[in-house]
Amino acid sequence: MNPGGETMQPYLEHFKVFSAGAGAASGWLPALRQQAMESFTRQGFPAARSENWKYTPTRPLEKRRFMPIEAEATQSAPDVPDTVRLREVSTHTLTFVNGRPMLAPDTTTRPVGGLHFTRLDAALGQASARVEELLAPETAWNHDPFSALNTAFLRDGIVITLDDGVVLEAPIQLLFVSTPDAQPRVCHPRILIRLGRGARATLLQTWFGQAGAANFTNSYTQVTLQDCAQLEHLHLHREAADEFHVNRVEVSQQAGSRYVSHTLNLGGLWLRTDLHTRLEAEQAETVLNGLYHVDDRRHVDNHTRIDHLAPATRSDELYRGIVSGHAHAVFNGKVWVAEGAAGTDAAQANHNLLLSRQAEIDTKPELEIYADDVKCSHGATVGQLDDNALFYLRARGLDDAEARSLLTGAFALAVLNRIGSPPLRTFACRQLGSLLPQSILQEET
Amino acid sequence: MLNIENLHARVEGREILKGLNLRVNAGEVHAIMGPNGSGKSTLAHILAGRSGYEVTGGSVRYDGKDLLAMEPELRAREGVFLAFQYPVEIPGVNNVYLLKAACNAVRKHRGQEELDAMDFLKLVKDKMQFMEIDPAFLSRAVNEGFSGGEKKRNEILQMLVLEPRLALLDETDSGLDIDALKVVAKGINRLRSPERAMLMVTHYQRLLDYVVPDFVHVLAGGRIVKSGDRHLAQELEKRGYDWVLAEAAA
Repeated sequence: MNPGGETMQPYLEHFKVFSAGAGAASGWLPALRQQAMESFTRQGFPAARSENWKYTPTRPLEKRRFMPIEAEATQSAPDVPDTVRLREVSTHTLTFVNGRPMLAPDTTTRPVGGLHFTRLDAALGQASARVEELLAPETAWNHDPFSALNTAFLRDGIVITLDDGVVLEAPIQLLFVSTPDAQPRVCHPRILIRLGRGARATLLQTWFGQAGAANFTNSYTQVTLQDCAQLEHLHLHREAADEFHVNRVEVSQQAGSRYVSHTLNLGGLWLRTDLHTRLEAEQAETVLNGLYHVDDRRHVDNHTRIDHLAPATRSDELYRGIVSGHAHAVFNGKVWVAEGAAGTDAAQANHNLLLSRQAEIDTKPELEIYADDVKCSHGATVGQLDDNALFYLRARGLDDAEARSLLTGAFALAVLNRIGSPPLRTFACRQLGSLLPQSILQEET
Repeated sequence: MLNIENLHARVEGREILKGLNLRVNAGEVHAIMGPNGSGKSTLAHILAGRSGYEVTGGSVRYDGKDLLAMEPELRAREGVFLAFQYPVEIPGVNNVYLLKAACNAVRKHRGQEELDAMDFLKLVKDKMQFMEIDPAFLSRAVNEGFSGGEKKRNEILQMLVLEPRLALLDETDSGLDIDALKVVAKGINRLRSPERAMLMVTHYQRLLDYVVPDFVHVLAGGRIVKSGDRHLAQELEKRGYDWVLAEAAA
């Protein structure tokens, strides 16, 4: 056990209770959980010296005490403001309360043939080979204690599959609501998504915390795209002001598939996302966009990793950050080009607006290239609003505050404009609220 | 309308303006010419309120008010307009948004009702046609990827929409081919009126062939060393600035 082991103790105790009670299972599952727990115990929480966690010490998380979610927790529909729901179009919506899916999906559109939702506990209960197969490509927990922990408590979550060739019109909306409780809670939701050959879908995954919630969500989403499948995936973070979230997203892409991700970090106290896409076959493409708006004393860390494992794969990444107050933002973008991945085309950019002297940004592009004939670019900037642009706007009669807000909004809009689905784009713009002068958007049309 | 008295100003500790006097009345068009580094652009920037200039002496009155005490946006709303030598690119903010926001800021200040999108578009489309600007240009980001000529035409379009009382034109002719120059001049001339004044800062005489000034001043060494009518500009074109500088030194 690592030197900081005492902070792991509560999780070990949770696990004992969980294995004996709510999590009792048969088949391959108990062994998997046990193995994962052992891996977590071996790794411990990331050490301060660990390169991967250098700018995001886990101490604030370790100091808090969280209680597990009770299996019998009430399942009444949680209060969620209308603005956080996708209203522009009908959707296939599933709501989660503290990581647990509600019993009935509140879908606003007709069921579609070829789209399957299965609660993870049900799927695990059947101990089906299908779920085992979806979990199988999983390797992250060998080197990531949080994924190990998620796997040890594997129960809450959803399995979504789309059959070959199915093109889904209505977006899938997964709404994760975190609720306040006398005792802060920890949950470990696992989301498994598989799109068959040529299938296409839009997915909105929202993390919303009700006022007063102070929970820790340790989520893990695995996406598998078969040949030529396409997924546009919006991750909206609207956690409550005192919440912790460790979020892992692993994407595995087959030939000709396209994964487009948009991360919007607009809430929470302490957030860490690891988004990892693997371009495993020719012509696979990944586009990662991100916008983080961090103020007060909040901490947001976005680690992305793109593995180019096959020839003629493409990636394009743009993350932008607006950091003010005493906030701390971290961006680490790794692009890995394997031997033999000739013709790789990878572009990465991270731009930051630093709006106060007390705020901090750590940005690090990482390129590792082991192939010839590749095109890779990267760039990172940290700056303030452009004085020339501010003066230009004021010389046209806009006051200082208006000019600043306009320039900040325009900076953010560059990321949102990359959202392909119009209802999703409108939805995302709405989330920015006062950060984005709504009048800019009206003039867009 | 504009009365500059004994203006001294520094940039980064270096004195650029050293006792400049100039009086501009409503209805007049003044050209300020002079060699590079004489302080022409500095003057335009100080009048528009750009930061980074330290006024160490003298005064500027605009309609009797202390212009230098006003924030740049207040000057704009009071009718001062600077056409930039280097218009700034603003990605993400489209032209029509800025034009409308600017127009309504000025209207609000004057106690006029703000224009709605329809009325505004009508107003701007006519002026765009006059400036020979493609309507598609409204939805493009401000100055982003514009050619030099497009940027300058855009400045004049903004001026036509805002209808300032005092227009400051900073090297508006620089970087223009002859066709673009004519369009820009046409725009400037459209605004000439007995209620308005213009101050054109220019290095060359060629804009003055199309926008004929009432007065021409030579700015050198931080002050106005010679003033005359439009013939002075023609003489400067022929003989250069040396003789004026020699005369001033004598």
